[in-house]
Amino acid sequence: MAVLFYQHSAAFAVAVPLAAAFAVPLVAKLGKAARNAFVVLAVVFTQIMSWLMFQRSSAEGGFIYTLGASVPSLASPAGFPVRIVLHIDALSAFMAVISTTLAFVVSVYSFRYMKGRKSLDKYFALLLVMTAGMTGLVTTGDLFNMFVFLELLSVSSAGMIGYYGKGESAEAAFKYMTVSSIGALMVLFAAGMLYSQYNLLNIAGLADAIQFSFIDRIALVLLFAAFALKCGAVPMHMWVSDSYGEAPAPVSAFLVVASQAGLYALFRIAFTLFGGLSAAVMGWGMITLGMLSMFIGVTMAMFQKDIKRLMAYHAVSQTGYMLLGIGVGLAVLSSPVALETFGISAMEGGLFHVINHALYKGLLFLTAGAVIYRAGTRNLNNMSGLAHSMPVTTVLFIIGALSIAGLPPFNGFASKIVIYESVFMFNPLLSVIAMLVSILTLASFVKVFYSAFTGPADRSIKKAGEVPAVMWIPMGILAVLIIAFGLAPDTVMNLFVRPAVHALLNQAGYIGGVI
Amino acid sequence: MSAIVKTVSAFMTVPMMIFGLYVILHGHLTPGGGFPGGAVMATAVAMLIAAFGLSQSDARKKDAFSLFESIGLLAFIAMAFVGLQSTFFANVLAGHGWIFGSSVSYGPNPGYLETGGVIPIMNFAVGIEVFAALSAVMLAIMLHRREKHD
Amino acid sequence: MIDAQMLAVVALVTLGLSAVVFRKNMIKIVMGISVIGSGVNLFLVSMGYREGSTAPIFTASRNAWMSLPTPQALTLTSIVISLAVTALMLSFAVLFYEKYGSIDTTKRRLKQ
Repeated sequence: MAVLFYQHSAAFAVAVPLAAAFAVPLVAKLGKAARNAFVVLAVVFTQIMSWLMFQRSSAEGGFIYTLGASVPSLASPAGFPVRIVLHIDALSAFMAVISTTLAFVVSVYSFRYMKGRKSLDKYFALLLVMTAGMTGLVTTGDLFNMFVFLELLSVSSAGMIGYYGKGESAEAAFKYMTVSSIGALMVLFAAGMLYSQYNLLNIAGLADAIQFSFIDRIALVLLFAAFALKCGAVPMHMWVSDSYGEAPAPVSAFLVVASQAGLYALFRIAFTLFGGLSAAVMGWGMITLGMLSMFIGVTMAMFQKDIKRLMAYHAVSQTGYMLLGIGVGLAVLSSPVALETFGISAMEGGLFHVINHALYKGLLFLTAGAVIYRAGTRNLNNMSGLAHSMPVTTVLFIIGALSIAGLPPFNGFASKIVIYESVFMFNPLLSVIAMLVSILTLASFVKVFYSAFTGPADRSIKKAGEVPAVMWIPMGILAVLIIAFGLAPDTVMNLFVRPAVHALLNQAGYIGGVI
Repeated sequence: MSAIVKTVSAFMTVPMMIFGLYVILHGHLTPGGGFPGGAVMATAVAMLIAAFGLSQSDARKKDAFSLFESIGLLAFIAMAFVGLQSTFFANVLAGHGWIFGSSVSYGPNPGYLETGGVIPIMNFAVGIEVFAALSAVMLAIMLHRREKHD
Repeated sequence: MIDAQMLAVVALVTLGLSAVVFRKNMIKIVMGISVIGSGVNLFLVSMGYREGSTAPIFTASRNAWMSLPTPQALTLTSIVISLAVTALMLSFAVLFYEKYGSIDTTKRRLKQ
């Protein structure tokens, strides 16, 4: 049995949440408790599968899973890859572990937060489809299936964003869907361009065959723009604030990892598919996107009165750090000395920030949800003195806020310090701006803390009290992880981040997995 | 709608459904398959809605369609899981002589229905799913205006 | 290299994009996205076409010279997805209309 799971972990990680999503409306006929247990079971199973994938890809240096073949490793029966392949290396498994962790936390939190809303069966079905979309997007080894999973993720996310169905959330969901379907069609267009020249859709096969012709460069620009759009980098960030702001709070937390799946695709395209191209231009492109996101995100956040929109702009700003870290690594990809001195550590910082961002931004959106759950408003001006009645939420919010601002001993500090140090060796100015952005982030969260949690308690809010344990325990899990990652960054770095960075840099290994 | 429209669409429903089933059943031999066939069948439902209109009691039909949507999708995934002894989605039935299991010799042929292994079964599952889902979508959008909102 | 279907692809994509960017009517935006999707699908299908080839149906083909089936499979998948996208976006437009009594995206700001 264990061998079966080990061998088919990749297929299970995508298929089980998908199958569970379709089964949710049927299981719900047995009652709400059965449905909730079923959702948690499916998510936990997916997470175990992601762990197995991580174990296996660390041990074997990546593996492929060919759908429909007689043997999972048989991708090229006729000498070139024609089949649909799931291609897992340490980076894919790393992203899958992050998404499923958040999926678990978010689903447990949703049981209470969404209680009493109508058509919850569809809510949980969509939650599982989103999980499947993410695990699919990060495990696929095929450019066309990347498009399919991207659309799966977009459609289910749009359904979740528009869940409340009132005017504004319908508008936000419409906007999100417009933007992401255009992005996805660009991916399809690029896949068509590459297919027409090389008769291949497999990423590893394409990376091997690619000639960097003019059409390939157009395809690169389309793919780069589409995935930068999906991760919410600045010139294409207009959907972020609306979607994160209007979605139910747990969904906003989950959308953070959904954008990170877009980030994964961006890295995969830049490092693996177009890894042989002169990387300095691409790297500087990524750095520029990162700097813009960082700075514009945080300045837009300063003026927000809506707690969730404010956090949404901070999410844009934090995405900038990841793009900066990875972008520096990409810019020096062709010079081994620079890569060895600071490039790799910049990338480690960037990828470490991905997991840290998922944890603390998830926590912050969930605390925002707790505040909305009790205070009944999203407007910061109408909240005050929540600390009197909600001590646990207050402590959790402080942990999240200090972590996003990059203060020790929380995990945000651990990754940001790596980014600062390595980027400083690349270009001091970028590092200084990154630090400045961090200070502005702190200022913005101090504002939220003072206006929402301190001051005299509003009478109606005082009566409300703390959120129930089913809601703060999931938040507590994230907070414990944040502190643990902050206290033992080296362990996390060695266990998860380094294998992922090496997988990202090992283009030859990725190609060799298929051909 | 007038009596002529109602009568003709009632008559046309049967051939449309049968044509949809034909497209689904021949999905592994000719262009088409689960999705186009299911869409053809759903068109029949669209025609019936256009001809006869909707009443509030049709909301229950939407739930029935949603149920069949789930069942169709689960059947599809279950067929994929059946292949797990080699890989996910592996075609275990092909070439084993059982249902849809005949193998075909290479070259042009008139098209044998009993070939294809799990593919016709998956086509059928997708056909049910698409038919139910499209019908449910149409019913949902059309009934929405009549529902009372909170 | 440059032939009629490429021009049609460019025309469709440009038309669709301009509809998405310049139109304020939500239904027209949805139409714009569908038009872009058609352009991309046309691109895929025309990429798979080989001069003088028949449809890739094994049972019906007299000669073995067929056009590529893969782009057609891709196109079919993309059509299925665009169906889901269109249905979803139209239902959002319905919800928007119920709140604001209009499907003009600029009307929302005027009402507030």
